[in-house]
Amino acid sequence: MIRRRTIFTIAAGTAFAATACTDEGTGSEDPSDLSMDQFPRNETLYSTGSAWGPPADWNTISPGEVTGLNGLGYESLFLFDPNTTELTPWLAESGEWTEELVYTLKLRPGITWSDGEQLTSADVKYTAELGKIEAVPYANIWNWLSAVDAPDDLTVVFTFTEARHQEWNNFLWAEQIVPEHVLSQLSEEEILTGANENPVVSGPYTVHSFDQDRLAWVKRDDWWATEALGLEVAPRFIVDIVNTSNEVTLNLMAQGELDISNNFLPGIQDLIAANPDLSTYYDGPPYMLSANTAMLIPNTTIEPLDDPEFRRAMAFAIDGAKIVDSVYSGLVAAASPTGLLPIWEKYYDQAVIDEVGFSYSASEAASILAAAGYEDADGDGFVETKGGDPIEFKLNVPTGWTDWEEAARSMATDLRAAGINVTEEFIDAGAVDDARTTGDFQLMLNNWSGTSHTPWTHYRYLFQLPVLDSQSTANFSRWTNEEAWTLTEELAATAAEDPRYQEILSALQRHALVDMPAIPIWYNGAWSQVNNSVWTNWPSESGGGPHVFPSMWNTLWNMGSIYMLTELKLAE
Amino acid sequence: MGRYFRRKLLIYGLTFVIAVSINFAVPRLMPGDPVARMLTRNSVANVESSEAMRGYFNELFGLDVPLWQQYFNYWGALFRGDLGVSVFAFPSPVATVVADALPYTLALLLPSILLSWFVGNALGAMAARNKLLDNGALPIGYVLTAVPYMWLAILLAWVGGIILGWFPVAGGYSFALTPAFTWTFIVDLVHHWFLPFLSLFVVALGGWAIGMRNLVIYELESDYSNYLQALGAPNRLVRRYAFRNAVLPQITGLALQLGVVVGGALVTEVVFAYPGLGSLLLNAISSQDFFLLQGILLFIVIGVLVFNFLADVVYVLVDPRTRLGLEGGQS
Repeated sequence: MIRRRTIFTIAAGTAFAATACTDEGTGSEDPSDLSMDQFPRNETLYSTGSAWGPPADWNTISPGEVTGLNGLGYESLFLFDPNTTELTPWLAESGEWTEELVYTLKLRPGITWSDGEQLTSADVKYTAELGKIEAVPYANIWNWLSAVDAPDDLTVVFTFTEARHQEWNNFLWAEQIVPEHVLSQLSEEEILTGANENPVVSGPYTVHSFDQDRLAWVKRDDWWATEALGLEVAPRFIVDIVNTSNEVTLNLMAQGELDISNNFLPGIQDLIAANPDLSTYYDGPPYMLSANTAMLIPNTTIEPLDDPEFRRAMAFAIDGAKIVDSVYSGLVAAASPTGLLPIWEKYYDQAVIDEVGFSYSASEAASILAAAGYEDADGDGFVETKGGDPIEFKLNVPTGWTDWEEAARSMATDLRAAGINVTEEFIDAGAVDDARTTGDFQLMLNNWSGTSHTPWTHYRYLFQLPVLDSQSTANFSRWTNEEAWTLTEELAATAAEDPRYQEILSALQRHALVDMPAIPIWYNGAWSQVNNSVWTNWPSESGGGPHVFPSMWNTLWNMGSIYMLTELKLAE
Repeated sequence: MGRYFRRKLLIYGLTFVIAVSINFAVPRLMPGDPVARMLTRNSVANVESSEAMRGYFNELFGLDVPLWQQYFNYWGALFRGDLGVSVFAFPSPVATVVADALPYTLALLLPSILLSWFVGNALGAMAARNKLLDNGALPIGYVLTAVPYMWLAILLAWVGGIILGWFPVAGGYSFALTPAFTWTFIVDLVHHWFLPFLSLFVVALGGWAIGMRNLVIYELESDYSNYLQALGAPNRLVRRYAFRNAVLPQITGLALQLGVVVGGALVTEVVFAYPGLGSLLLNAISSQDFFLLQGILLFIVIGVLVFNFLADVVYVLVDPRTRLGLEGGQS
């Protein structure tokens, strides 16, 4: 009797405790102006497309930050310019390799944190040294970095055991500098998993308020770049709205209640044609800039997918242009056979592509299959393995990803027409993750090779060794090519100016095309559609706006998207 | 009567234990790994680091111990009122995430369920002996109940929000406001609340009305009604008795509806982009957030049990037969 009652009292207590949290949970405390409860339309930018859940994480160390935390709030030492694939100084004034294994960095003077403290070399040193904690995402730098010194307030000296130029550049533009005077007060656990509400930041905005379905940023008046670079962000407030359904987002866009949406909206090209206020980066197809490469991943531990010639035949059999036209209605572009994004176009080796590249040709696919000894002996219209066993493959994509489902269907149809029996299969996204990690699949689609400062990330994605039981980030096809991996590692340590850089890239392009560890199909877009009725001068190819990603994605601010905000103008 | 409630409590206690155990088991039977999902969603691409982080998060979420131990830890934490940390809205505690969404859900569902129940029952009872109402209002009720809710909600949002432009199409309150105790804000809040409320109200209304109409007709044709009528009792009196009998099954129905109230109204929340528990539940499933899923399901379990218990109590109060039966059972 007593026990039963206990269960109930405690259950009720739990419910009560949860309700009691409401008061402290609805945190809309406003650090800058408590009386402010309305955002004037002509001072506010409304965005959506980046946040998938209620704002919860203002901690740049742990993954899963709120929209704008990296870029509007925290900032990196350099920006990466995808147009030139070079780094431009941001918090840093300059930085160079002063010795074989020494990198010296100069900070800009006069950068202040939002609490008034100066941003100094000590903050940079502290940020880098946080990487000594294993669970910090950039902990890997300490595998080849040996010491960080801060001889004066504006100078930081990094000493390495191995000069991995490309990997180091990644740290310089991708990692955010955090305030030592705030974080050093916290325990290691708080640093790693604390929510860090009311972050102390160096960037142009601070957090204004948030709720279940939105997050508001307010402009800082003492952002360093105003004085140092003459830059000023145009909107005084930014309200980012948690993703809603496509229909709702399309309505809000059409009505001009949203200024920018950074999610895939099927049919946006029709809406743009009908509504003169809406625009995208390009006026015509592919409308969007490319963000990453969608590739068909064959599991090379299975016969006959272990045969490069068989994979090559598959590459010839798939009509990428058909997917671009019919599935995406021209919202994306077909991929280069190299799989390298258009920002790396200058590295394409046309001689290699001409020699070992591929393009859609069903007859060519058939002749490669025949030449490699795959034939249809039992007359069912599909080839068998060399041992005579029937081939029957499943192409997995996550269920509910409607564009990918259609793309998979199109690819499977093409492959069947070429005599390779592939059917599409849509399974739970979690099951796709499992399958990809454990290697328990035959064919799948993946697009984790994205925009970065160096094609090295693409080749690391393709060729990384050793192949482990669980492959969580790269080489999902489990293909072993020692030579290609050695070249990839060499690429990591080669400066882009070095003539050897292009030599390695040409060799890697050849390896990728001959081995076909993954078949590039199309470039997924950096989805972005904007409304010009309140704010105008958006990034675009033809207009006067800056040539940067028109995007609120956290990964793109330090690729120049911050210039989108400084170049925005109020519409007349 | 004490025995009756003791027995009920025992059953509810057992149900609670079993339901909580199922809560624990079901998310873990889904394919996929929440920590891997979290890391990939946030593109932690560096191999050397991602392995270390995966270990760290596994430990943090308590996923590094055997399943049976996770189960006991789960009960332990539950008794301390600790629902764990959400993976999806990391690093918010599940209790905070749920509590933040709960007010929206309750404000939407409680009024719509209760109002539709009262209005629907009144309408149904009237329709039972009123040709005009029966032929006029009830067919509309049938149509409303039969219409797929999704379709009706989209239609409402489209007409009210886009064509007429009377109501906003998204959000719990205007994106240009921050919560404040001002008229502007309160009016805005109600303005955003109205369409989702209306959609739920309208759809539930027809069901209650139809149910009540049939029940009242059944009661009016039963022996006791005929007997009363034969004795010359006024129509009003007969109808009142019939209504009191007919309302009993409706109370059970109401209790069931109220029980799942904390589950939220998934479709409503998606169509009207309204914050609440329903969309949270969907997100928890798609990002394999075991802990958030458990938290929300726990609220649903408690809700169902509490409201069923209340229904039992109300039954005893409103139905003398139950009361007498209990007393008879005791003697």
